[in-house]
Amino acid sequence: MHNKLEIDKKTVASCRKNAGKIAKNIQKYISLHSTVAVERTVCRLFGVDGVDDIEVPYPNIVVDALAEYGILENGAADFFTRAYLHKGISAMETAKLISTYRFDFESLPMFTAREKAPYLAQQAESALAGIRVQKKQRNLFLEKYGDKQGPLLYVIVATGDIREDVTQAVAAANQGADVIAVIRTTGQSLLDYVPYGETHEGFGGTYATQENFKIMRSALDAAGEKLGKYIRLCNYCSGLCMPEIAAMGAVERLDMMLNDALYGILFRNINMKRTLVDQYFSRVINAFAGIIINTGEDNYLTTSDAYKEAHTVLASQFINEQFALLACLPKEQIGLGHAFEISPSLENSFVYELAQAQMIREIFPEAPLKYMPPTKHKTGDIFMANVQDALFNMVTILTGQKIHLLGMPTEAIHTPFMSDRAISLENAGYIFTAMKDLGAEISYKKDGIMSVRANEVLNKADSLIREIAEKGLFPSLGEGVFADIRRGEDEGRGLEGVFVKSKDYQNPFMDEMVSELKEQS
Amino acid sequence: MSGYSTEKRDFNHKLDLKSLRPYGDTMNDGRVQLSFTLPVGNCEKSTEAAKETAVKMGLSDIVVASIKPLDEHFTMYILYGTFTGSINYEEIDAPEKEDEAMDMPKTDAYIKEGIGRKIVVVGASTGTDAHTVGIDAIMNMKGYAGHYGLERYEMLDAHNLGAQVPNIDLVRFAVSKKADVLLVSQTVTQKDVHIKNLTQLVEMVEAEGIREKVLLICGGARISNRLAKELGYDAGFGSGKFADDVATYIAKELTYRKDLRRN
Repeated sequence: MHNKLEIDKKTVASCRKNAGKIAKNIQKYISLHSTVAVERTVCRLFGVDGVDDIEVPYPNIVVDALAEYGILENGAADFFTRAYLHKGISAMETAKLISTYRFDFESLPMFTAREKAPYLAQQAESALAGIRVQKKQRNLFLEKYGDKQGPLLYVIVATGDIREDVTQAVAAANQGADVIAVIRTTGQSLLDYVPYGETHEGFGGTYATQENFKIMRSALDAAGEKLGKYIRLCNYCSGLCMPEIAAMGAVERLDMMLNDALYGILFRNINMKRTLVDQYFSRVINAFAGIIINTGEDNYLTTSDAYKEAHTVLASQFINEQFALLACLPKEQIGLGHAFEISPSLENSFVYELAQAQMIREIFPEAPLKYMPPTKHKTGDIFMANVQDALFNMVTILTGQKIHLLGMPTEAIHTPFMSDRAISLENAGYIFTAMKDLGAEISYKKDGIMSVRANEVLNKADSLIREIAEKGLFPSLGEGVFADIRRGEDEGRGLEGVFVKSKDYQNPFMDEMVSELKEQS
Repeated sequence: MSGYSTEKRDFNHKLDLKSLRPYGDTMNDGRVQLSFTLPVGNCEKSTEAAKETAVKMGLSDIVVASIKPLDEHFTMYILYGTFTGSINYEEIDAPEKEDEAMDMPKTDAYIKEGIGRKIVVVGASTGTDAHTVGIDAIMNMKGYAGHYGLERYEMLDAHNLGAQVPNIDLVRFAVSKKADVLLVSQTVTQKDVHIKNLTQLVEMVEAEGIREKVLLICGGARISNRLAKELGYDAGFGSGKFADDVATYIAKELTYRKDLRRN
């Protein structure tokens, strides 16, 4: 990678070092704790699925019962193993007994670690095998069709009805989309359970359920077969069920997940301890499944000024990268996010956008960067919006952004019509073809506006990261360092679901995934 | 498809407000552009269907400028046509013209003089709407596009409850703070869920018996002052409106109401 903007390498190294310190400090906390969402994920990996007759998911029933009987500290894996060794019943059978109050917790005996080890290992192996199959299947498709070079065109479907989503997604794929993201219904991130089954009603999006994942996956595989290309599927691994969604996505072969270490804290007011513990296991699963994560720094710019706060995006990217590396994500799976949101009324706004995108490209050379389109400064004028999107498309092709979320001309009006998506795909298609190699032809002026701007942003990010490293992440979030949003350490949703692991705690899935990922790297 | 019209234009070229028509390039030509998608594949028959759709909308002289197959079973059309009707502009009943917005210091001064105490404003993005963009643009200290938000006003005591706030929580909070103004934002709307949600809030405010005590305002890209009034709100602010517009309205309306009571 050329250093087109004369970016100071020492400053970059200092940012990485301090971001590493921040993440490692939190990792100490993470390794001592688990959460109800992590344990529900363990239930799912043990094969517990479905809902009871009042639609409570079995994983929730089990974890709530373990908490009630005071044995959650050992983890769900320990519990299922004891139930199996005592009565020879599977985790699903155990869950059903619990749901009808027929499981006798009082007489469940203890077993030694040696007695439990074979069953735990066997369960881990069986769950991991299922995920490996899907990872292999993805690779087979990519070998068969070849993978796309250049930016991946990413579009969103959001009808609320999975069957209608399929119609829209297939049409978008036919028009050239490479990645389909199914937006979740508003409010799902705040549910402390994952809904079940095929769904047809949602607001501003569609419920993320395992069945919906499966339906969309098979529709995209079929569409891809006709087109001779692999269509990637994306969903949202955020909110109060981060690791559960990751596990479901791994099994149903999703390819990308929105999965940010800090997003839920800042924008959904989820407690920071809960989110940080949850994000770790969710990222380990994504890493193991070969799923690319997308981080959500673009959101900072929709609430704060994109020109003034550019350094907070960069600082957060460094921190997100370090958390991701600790969760064993390879750099090629860390899709750091940013956005084209500088006000069009600012003189040289395009020049600053170009500088920011080029800077991020050079600082994170292996990352499949996720670039988000203008939204905040779209007004409902669809003609102007198409021009704004054209400039955004140019930045991507000039700077080699990888995951390109297409802007919509009707942003700020409605969830996209099928035709809106077609117009946007046409716009990007034209620009990406017309300017394909222009980026390689361009070098930027030494000490010019762009170089000066990039280094200024980098220096400010460096100071911010250093400050956070000195104070610690928890207190810093309390001071509103990102997006001007203040969050207290013990505030927000979901804190009651965080607990200290006992000395007998077991999570064989996480341990096995981590050890395998470490071997590979 | 494109070209220059050489046809004779035999319509009156003078503006007549009793018979207003859209303007393309000549007065009263009535030309409009529209685009839509039909859920059928592209063929001669579907193009004819697109034209007939436009005819049923009251258009004539239709030119299908562009046909884009979106998929096997969907085709998008861009059409031009002549609107055959006309509008009597003089009989249009629209809400009166709004006052021009005052800037922050002027509004603060206006409240000091007219009300003599801080006005309590409670705002939220309600229901399932997860977007804080709208309410933040109006309320946040730093505001949006150079217009300071309500939190920065000296004479406003502004509380922003954020997104996904259930209507009932907003109402309870408003009661506890003795709010003078309730501000709700609806950013993303789908299948008109925003209408139901906005209506529900009005009903709750009435049920709590505080409807007469508060100024009820809604805002969002799809909200107009007219729609707001139809739904039972005092005012609505759509796209292109900023905190100054909202603050000016609040200051003037509350002062007006106070004066009414005094007289």
